Amino acid sequence: MTTPDGFTEPTQWLIAVRDRRDRAAFARLFDHFGPRLKAMLLRGGLRDGSAEDVVQDVMLAVWHKAAQFDPHRAEASAWIYRIARNRQIDLVRRRPAVVLEELEEPPGNEPDAPQILALAQEARHLRAALDRLAPEQVQAIQKAYMEDMPHSEISRTTGLPLGTIKSRIRLGLERLRHELKDLKPE
Amino acid sequence: MSAISHHIPDHLIRAHAAGQLPHHFAVVVAAHLSMCDACRAQAEAEEMVGGALLDRLAPAALQDGARDRLLAALDSAPPPPPAPRRSGIFPAPVMQALDGQPPRWRMLGGGIRQQVLSADEDGSLRLLYIPPGRAVPEHGHNGLELTLVLQGAFSDSEGRFGVGDVELAEDDLDHQPVACPGAPCICLAATDAPLRFTAFLPRLLQPLFRI
Ligand SMILES: [Zn+2]
Repeated sequence: MTTPDGFTEPTQWLIAVRDRRDRAAFARLFDHFGPRLKAMLLRGGLRDGSAEDVVQDVMLAVWHKAAQFDPHRAEASAWIYRIARNRQIDLVRRRPAVVLEELEEPPGNEPDAPQILALAQEARHLRAALDRLAPEQVQAIQKAYMEDMPHSEISRTTGLPLGTIKSRIRLGLERLRHELKDLKPE
Repeated sequence: MSAISHHIPDHLIRAHAAGQLPHHFAVVVAAHLSMCDACRAQAEAEEMVGGALLDRLAPAALQDGARDRLLAALDSAPPPPPAPRRSGIFPAPVMQALDGQPPRWRMLGGGIRQQVLSADEDGSLRLLYIPPGRAVPEHGHNGLELTLVLQGAFSDSEGRFGVGDVELAEDDLDHQPVACPGAPCICLAATDAPLRFTAFLPRLLQPLFRI
């Protein structure tokens, strides 16, 4: 699934889109993520027809924003997830999601192989950690990341955005984070 | 810029990455992430969870021709409008909330100014301008308040807050921020409930000022 330089296949495709406007690579990205994005949007409550349209929107944004993709900081799946989640929130709130300032890369930056490999390794550990969770834990996390939309208020007493039913999510994610923290450099 | 010492707590970064924060708080968190590499890295780590979940979703079949429709649109669809950019002390998410315009301050008395960026029944987001040595009127909260310093500094019972620092004030905190000497303190504040001022404004006037 990963190439010798540590990139997942989708990350390689996205880099080809970014650097060469490679349409064949973009078609592969679509074949991989299109049906998954649709599944995510359906979970978020969109009807089939709208989900199709939003998949098109999200993938067009991927095409247009590819120049901002930085494989030192994200894999393709995380980067595309962010675009899709923001689009999902736009639709629910009927106002544009807040976007972060774009970071300006110093020109002529060479790829930093150790950084890319470290990120790939963390991502593998994260996926392995997800595999070890109980199915209901994974479901609760999926619900938080793909379905639940912003609440009008976050818990008044603690400021915690994750309410009682969601304490499970935090535990699951905390466990994930500890998995990541325990990484030993090879 | 001096080092940032008051950061966004992990649970709010996680909520932001998962798309769970209400709009007013999302602006403050995004503004801090735009100023703070440490929190931004944490947010991006959290987004890897979203990506991993996306990857493992069971695919839902797309309509016939979806891929051709997309490829045909690559050349015809207009590119998205340029992303908001930082302007002066205001990071991109604040400029987005300002619609790209400089602030239009309203006087609150005592040299204090504010601009309400958005306000509804869910709370409010505003910019505050506090001259050095002036106190922000004492107030308590009904809920959570997040305040990010964009210029100058303030201090209160919780410590000193300089550029990039975020103060998280919960329900029970009756703090009284005072702007430090030097440049006027400009900050971005989000609440999930209307503020109730204890000394400065009669409650009846609050709707007029939208605070
Ligand atoms: Zn920070």
